[in-house]
Amino acid sequence: MKNLIVAPAPHAHSGDSVRRNMLLVIAALMPAYAVSLVAFGWGALITTLISVAACCITEWVIAKWVLKQRPTLCDCSAILTGLLLAFNLPSNLPWWIIVIGAVVAIGIGKMTYGGLGQNPFNPALVGRVFLLISFPVQMTTWPRPLGFSSSYVDATTGATPLAAMKQVVKGNADLVSQLPDLKDAFFGFMGGSLGEVSALALIAGGIFLIAMRVITWHIPVSILATIALFAWITTPEGFACSHEYILYTLLTGGIMLGAFFMATDYVTSPMTAWGKIIFGIGIGLIVMVIRTWGAYPEGMSFAILIMNATVPLLNKIRPKRFGGA
Amino acid sequence: MNLITISLLVLGGTGLVAAVLLYLIAQRFKVEEDPRIDQVQEVLPGANCGGCGFAGCRALAEACTKASSLDGLMCPVGGAPTMEKVGAILGLAAPQGEPKVAVVRCNGTCEARPKTSEYNGTRSCAIMHSMYVGESGCAFGCLGCGDCVAACPFDAIHINPETGLAEVDEAKCTACGNCVKACPRHIIELRKKGENGQRMVVLCVNQDKGPVAKKNCANACIGCGLCAKVCPQEAITITNNVAYIDFDKCVVCRECEPQCPTKALHAIGFADAQAAAPVVTTEVTEGEKKGFDPVIAAKIKALPTPKAVFPQCLRY
Amino acid sequence: MNTFRIGGVHPHDNKEYSAHQPIVECPLPKQAIIPLAQHIGAPAKPIVQKGDHVKVGQMIAEAGGFVSASVHSSVSGVVTKIDTTVDAWGMKMPAIFIDVEGDEWLPEIDRSSDVRRDCTIEAKEIIDKISKAGIVGLGGACFPTHVKLCPPPGQKAEVLIVNGVECEPYLTCDHQLMMEHGEEIIIGIQITMKALGIHRAIIGIEKNKPDAIARMHELTRKTLGIEVMPLQLKYPQGGEKQLIDACIGRQVPSGALPIATGAVVDNVATIYAIYEAVQKNKPLISRVMTVTGKSLTKPGNYLVRFGTPLTQVVELAGGVPEDTGKIIGGGPMMGRAMNNINMPTHKRTSGLLFLPESESRRGIEENCIRCGKCVSACPMGLEPYLLSRQSELKMWDEMEAHNVMDCIECGCCQFTCPSHRPLLDYVRNGKATVGGIIRARNAAAKKV
Repeated sequence: MKNLIVAPAPHAHSGDSVRRNMLLVIAALMPAYAVSLVAFGWGALITTLISVAACCITEWVIAKWVLKQRPTLCDCSAILTGLLLAFNLPSNLPWWIIVIGAVVAIGIGKMTYGGLGQNPFNPALVGRVFLLISFPVQMTTWPRPLGFSSSYVDATTGATPLAAMKQVVKGNADLVSQLPDLKDAFFGFMGGSLGEVSALALIAGGIFLIAMRVITWHIPVSILATIALFAWITTPEGFACSHEYILYTLLTGGIMLGAFFMATDYVTSPMTAWGKIIFGIGIGLIVMVIRTWGAYPEGMSFAILIMNATVPLLNKIRPKRFGGA
Repeated sequence: MNLITISLLVLGGTGLVAAVLLYLIAQRFKVEEDPRIDQVQEVLPGANCGGCGFAGCRALAEACTKASSLDGLMCPVGGAPTMEKVGAILGLAAPQGEPKVAVVRCNGTCEARPKTSEYNGTRSCAIMHSMYVGESGCAFGCLGCGDCVAACPFDAIHINPETGLAEVDEAKCTACGNCVKACPRHIIELRKKGENGQRMVVLCVNQDKGPVAKKNCANACIGCGLCAKVCPQEAITITNNVAYIDFDKCVVCRECEPQCPTKALHAIGFADAQAAAPVVTTEVTEGEKKGFDPVIAAKIKALPTPKAVFPQCLRY
Repeated sequence: MNTFRIGGVHPHDNKEYSAHQPIVECPLPKQAIIPLAQHIGAPAKPIVQKGDHVKVGQMIAEAGGFVSASVHSSVSGVVTKIDTTVDAWGMKMPAIFIDVEGDEWLPEIDRSSDVRRDCTIEAKEIIDKISKAGIVGLGGACFPTHVKLCPPPGQKAEVLIVNGVECEPYLTCDHQLMMEHGEEIIIGIQITMKALGIHRAIIGIEKNKPDAIARMHELTRKTLGIEVMPLQLKYPQGGEKQLIDACIGRQVPSGALPIATGAVVDNVATIYAIYEAVQKNKPLISRVMTVTGKSLTKPGNYLVRFGTPLTQVVELAGGVPEDTGKIIGGGPMMGRAMNNINMPTHKRTSGLLFLPESESRRGIEENCIRCGKCVSACPMGLEPYLLSRQSELKMWDEMEAHNVMDCIECGCCQFTCPSHRPLLDYVRNGKATVGGIIRARNAAAKKV
């Protein structure tokens, strides 16, 4: 008889893997990606390809030559980071800015800490915020979605609904008429970055992730609930009713993308249920504070990054113990 | 101009206030310490290995300074010369200690001790030992997962990929005893180094009866007692089917060596000693590269003083 | 439908291989090797000598203390030696070797298959009989049953929970026992209730055994105080603490015994053994075990006398399959992988599982991605990722502060880890070390 294999229990495994989780998240992003392809045309495709390729190459180079680790490309986490970064960029961004963003995201946001699982901040958001601060003009000039257009850099640009909203919040009530139709915001086709065109597609992807048990409901629900509550309390003049403002707040500016896909990143979110809920509430509050009183029209990236920094503290919240009070 | 002046004043003023505050606080919370503690710590090696039984070199220095005699306080790394220096600082007599070295008492090489199973769990001796007999049939021998390697602060013990056994690099070993504590099978012993590094040792702790031990490992001590019979110093005892040489009594006459039928008894440090004598005085970097599972190797590399390096990143 | 409230996982149950296979009696061995330590607690002390003739059911070793169990001969024949034998993990264990001659039983044992319903003896006498029969918990832990039935002073049993959950994948012996000996089990429950002086019992059965639930429902229709409770499918529901939570909604406090909730939990196999001991005077000398695996030719449930070599049971099930990579004593979640199968069966061998080589190796370990799946899977509400890291770094005090002693070693954390990290390996090692530290501290405190 051959030598038997011996190992401590358990001898069974759920079959789950890092790769499977990453692929499921990528799959969940696909409906929103399809909408953005239709909306922004080639620009969306090229931005994504550059971003994903740059992320993968950066990760491979750093893992192989700097950290001297076994490159971990096959777990697909770099692809996901690249995709998420692209979702946060306008589709007409010059290629070299995308590459800088990807290098910062993977190089500084992830690999400097030792690779997958070690980074305190969401890499895609690190890249995005770096670009937002370094190239504010290019990063906030959104192409207007014009159906499937074949141009890449020369798309028509326009004011984003968020900027208009900011004005409304500041007291400029007659600008409400400039806001896009709520239906458009929900189904897609409003100006913005790749990933914020269609709230419906993002929600569908998020629900898919919750159903597949890749993420839990705690973070998205607590973020959205906090934002809705905050918006209800602080509805500015000019809106017909507070429901309208709540819907505009929720459906614009990457709230859905952030709540379902960015904030729920495993590595940079807390582990316990209560930790996740507090994390979500914190993100919701910071977003609304930035949107209402801050200089930026949009605050999801900053809110998530700030709350990422609190995760080690939030992880001190212990789960509910069996037999514990 | 005005702007520069104001900036200078504000920044300078803030700095000044902070400096004064810091100074006052430092004065307020000053801890009076015996200055000799620092002096003693200077002469200690500073490896913080814990081999002396204290938490680190500072703790040993404090203990030495407080003590009225240096008996029982010994830095195994620095040895007698260091303790003499400590004694000179404190005006105390230095204790005498003969240099020791860690000895891995197992010579069950891969050929001598065939594998009977394949271990697929975590590469840790402690875990493997709690699980079962090990990959060979011997319930006493070296498991070869390198718990001792991870515990060694001096990079002085390595797993030889050819034999699958832990081997001590005597040039680097300081007899701090960390490996002795780490070994779940209690194979490693601190033994006197002997004159010119020459000594006798039984490299087996298998307590099985002769035939069983022999079946599991060709190099096992079978407890036959031939060595004990010829020893003129009565330094060898057989307990639980295994021979043990008392290094305080042994005079290294080598009478016992040819008697051993399984070559479990080794003479170490002689020019004509057995080729298989498990003494390595050269670096085994090459072997280290080949021998370990990359995960373990990385962990070993990353863990010189585990407690100090990692806790802060634990909570992520 | 009830289940426990914290954590849990859903492994594939793989019970189809041996489910509904009738219990087959394994033939007598030529030589029986009966280990002395088949239970938790002090090993039994032999009371026979070399050369003695023994009969089936005769006590050959008496309990070595209160928390211990006596051992009976499962065969008739001559004691050839009392020596050590090697168990399936290569470790030595003391055992009594008996050469089998015929099959002669003690006269007081009722070997008929009639169901004896009436039990007239008193509670104390019942417990005495259970103790003398050497009955231990047959669910896996092998804790002596008579100890469980005598609650410590100040605590009172309120309800008997009968464990028919069998949450370990692959194993089917309890299921088959409920199907074939349901009536006896019900009588056993009534006897145990009488011994405890209580009037309520719950039989917990997971819903993947609908026929067993139906059968038990039918049998308990006319009995008073016995309730059948179908439970949701979730591992580790068969754990004592989890089962109490699932059945009566009370959680055993950290560090306390299950009796603190007023519940006594016994496995159906244990209950059957109690029935046989009290009504038929038959001590615990055999058990039903599952021998199963995907490539085994005749997987099934076998009734084996203790001391029968495992190899003989394996022969009966069609021999070791060609592609075997791992042989597990017990189920895949908590069973122990074996080094060899030259071991005799005893009270603990609840199953033998043959995994093909392709399923025997662990996945490649990757970095922890802090997904928190281990935290949500842990049925005790611990943080396995943290405990395993602390164990790796030998931070024993911190591990104790994070309640490592509550760990039930169910394996949910490692089962669920997407990075294939050996969480339980480290946690188990840390738990053993911390347990040692706590015991040493308590011993030192007692001395002072």
